[in-house]
Amino acid sequence: MIIEIENLNFIYNPGTPFEKKALDDISISIEEGDFVGLIGHTGSGKSTLVQHLNGLIKPTSGKIIIDGVDITNPETKMREIRKKVGLVFQYPEHQLFEETIYKDIAFGPKNLGLTEEEVEARVKEAMELVGLDYETLKDRSPFEISGGQKRRVAIAGVVAMKPKVLILDEPTAGLDPKGRDAILDEIKKLYERENITIILVSHSMEDIARLANTILVMHKGKVIMHDKTREIFKSADLLEDIGLDIPQVTKFMKEFKNRGHDVREDCLTIEEAKEELIKYLRGTKNA
Amino acid sequence: MKNDIMINIENVSYEYKSYVDDSIQLAVKDLSLQIRRGEFLAILGHNGSGKSTLAKMMNGMILPTRGEVYVNGINTRDEDKIWDIRSKAGMVFQNPDNQIVATIVEEDVAFGPENLGIPPKEIRKRVDDSLEAVGMSEYKKHAPHLLSGGQKQRVAIAGILAMEPDCIIFDEPTAMLDPSGRKEVMETITKLNKEKNKTIVLITHFMDEAVLADRVMVLNEGENVLMGTPREIFSQVEKLKELGLDVPQVTELAYELRKEGFDIRKDCITIEELVESL
Amino acid sequence: MLKDITIGQYFPGDTLIHKLDPRVKILTSILFIVALFFVKDFYPYIFIFLFIVAVVKTAKLPVKFILKGLKPLMFIIIITFVINLLFTKGEVLFSLGPISITKEGISQSVFMALRLILLIVGTSLLTLTTSPIALTDGIESLLSPFRKIGLPSHELAMMMTIALRFIPTLLEETDKIMKAQMARGADFESGNILNRAKSLVPLLVPLFINAFRRADELATAMEARCYRGGEGRTRLNELKFDRKDTTVLLSMVLFFGFIMSTRYW
Repeated sequence: MIIEIENLNFIYNPGTPFEKKALDDISISIEEGDFVGLIGHTGSGKSTLVQHLNGLIKPTSGKIIIDGVDITNPETKMREIRKKVGLVFQYPEHQLFEETIYKDIAFGPKNLGLTEEEVEARVKEAMELVGLDYETLKDRSPFEISGGQKRRVAIAGVVAMKPKVLILDEPTAGLDPKGRDAILDEIKKLYERENITIILVSHSMEDIARLANTILVMHKGKVIMHDKTREIFKSADLLEDIGLDIPQVTKFMKEFKNRGHDVREDCLTIEEAKEELIKYLRGTKNA
Repeated sequence: MKNDIMINIENVSYEYKSYVDDSIQLAVKDLSLQIRRGEFLAILGHNGSGKSTLAKMMNGMILPTRGEVYVNGINTRDEDKIWDIRSKAGMVFQNPDNQIVATIVEEDVAFGPENLGIPPKEIRKRVDDSLEAVGMSEYKKHAPHLLSGGQKQRVAIAGILAMEPDCIIFDEPTAMLDPSGRKEVMETITKLNKEKNKTIVLITHFMDEAVLADRVMVLNEGENVLMGTPREIFSQVEKLKELGLDVPQVTELAYELRKEGFDIRKDCITIEELVESL
Repeated sequence: MLKDITIGQYFPGDTLIHKLDPRVKILTSILFIVALFFVKDFYPYIFIFLFIVAVVKTAKLPVKFILKGLKPLMFIIIITFVINLLFTKGEVLFSLGPISITKEGISQSVFMALRLILLIVGTSLLTLTTSPIALTDGIESLLSPFRKIGLPSHELAMMMTIALRFIPTLLEETDKIMKAQMARGADFESGNILNRAKSLVPLLVPLFINAFRRADELATAMEARCYRGGEGRTRLNELKFDRKDTTVLLSMVLFFGFIMSTRYW
């Protein structure tokens, strides 16, 4: 288990009229190498939870153990936590600040106290991992490239810290379909090549269905479901009750089945649905 | 006849200087488009397709390099009438935070009519009516920064409505919102079109929003590449994919099955339609 | 942490005080400040204190909220207190090495600390009971006679409104950028002053860039809503000076005149 959370609670503004329980007795564990989709409504506690995972927020009570290190222990050095968990915020391109792309990506690795050579190697590798050409871009200003590229630079800045767990908070927000697909592909490649654990926070069920192996569903500060992606999307009614959706193809297959057709209802992607339907339609025709 | 056209765009081009190498680029290329009164038109295109430039030309925020744009029959080059044009063709932008001026919801909604010099009593009425129309009446005394994204965007829409425009241009109004915010805003937009008879121009890259329109125009590199009803547009799966745009998952599934030799309607855009046609 | 600041916040309500013309409240606040600096004895503070209590009660303001506003300024109050305590000459009560506490020092330090507290609480009543827009309208109106000598009163008021509107947005953004940079290992808390100043670069650069982007978008949005300066503008809530405003203003002039006069008794 790379992440173990035990009875985690967090209360905003305790003791004031604005008191709000943001996280309510959360206990979960995440396996090393898993790709987790974290879904839930705005205000369900997703952001608060992920910010706990790299020590930006201290819990009111409870324990978080990451890769064997108790990060809620005040003795634990921040640098140790940052090495283990990388967090990419929403609209990360709004945090770029250096004159060159190289310098901006190097900011994180430098803060980890690495040597100049190591930093360079990491920047190179990170840029390659997110699909940016090192030679042509390293000396360019991060402010004069396209929106999608800016976002890759920002993601590379965290990837270059080589975290064991990479958390991405809505990495495709505000991008057009092309930009979105490109970023999702890079994330997938990164996951396959680097053997890391990824937590993807997203509102897009299609994206989650395409990428995540397991899903965590949050609602009102609690984790209400934690299971394999396929299993989660089987509970469409439960998800709809809390205002979440399932991918359109999954919905379609369910509806098709309800009309008396004997098909698998847990197809997550168009390809899966296509195969299943071809099998079914050819089968009924031949029979 | 002429009165039926809300916005008339005639052979419009827009040039700008690239800041990378100072070369002259064309954001919009010789484009013509007539938007009918009461129509709901969606303009679909990816980033850099020229859709925002086109939008800003529709209320004289920018003037075309070549060609003419008429709003309500008035040329946007007519400087004396620019305020008439802007109050008749209102514009809602992407980031709700950056278009709210005042610290109290109702005072923000009043900003437009105040600029137009409307008498206070009339402003009061317009503010109340506009907030009612977007379903935000109960928040009129609230501070905007405490509202959700969808609510802020509805306040921004009310601010435009209070100028009593005939037409509202939405420049990616949902790009920064979560699913519930997107839903709220899209419901408001369709309601304004159906119930208040406002002409709507919706610029977006979400295909599920374009499906709601009467007519869809697909813009690529400043050119009108496809135009038709949502059904006509989305059945062209290959073309849209080539342009880097999405199609509804069921439409794509239908397309894939047709390729395999199944006889399915080409233009399914809803789950229901695909279920029926199988 | 940044969210604790209550100074300048508006506490909505529908009381007599909330409904007063903002110009009356601004003028009263000025009278209040002047009167406070006229006071040279302890006893007029009682009147001022009673005035504050009366306003708080009438406006139905929660006392807790007002006290919270003092918190961020506690440091300044304490410094004032200590400086006056240590550096006022007079009859020595007791001394410890070079430090000596005088009778006058105690009295002076308590007096100054009280003055500061009353000043903060008194002026915060203005912002607590007046919406920022009403406040800027009031200022604009009070400054309008100076337009003849070239004072851009409308522009100043619009600037204030926008500043007030964007303070919470920018605070939120600061918090977000800070966290994002901390996630990349930035350290805003340790090191000497020079290092700390340097460590602010990753915070300030994005903050400025984003503020410019916001300003640009806001300007476009304002133009799209037909904004063209103060000329020919009307207002949703026009300022109306009615009988109750006149009554209140006159009473305030008399009340604070009385307090100022205590200096010459």
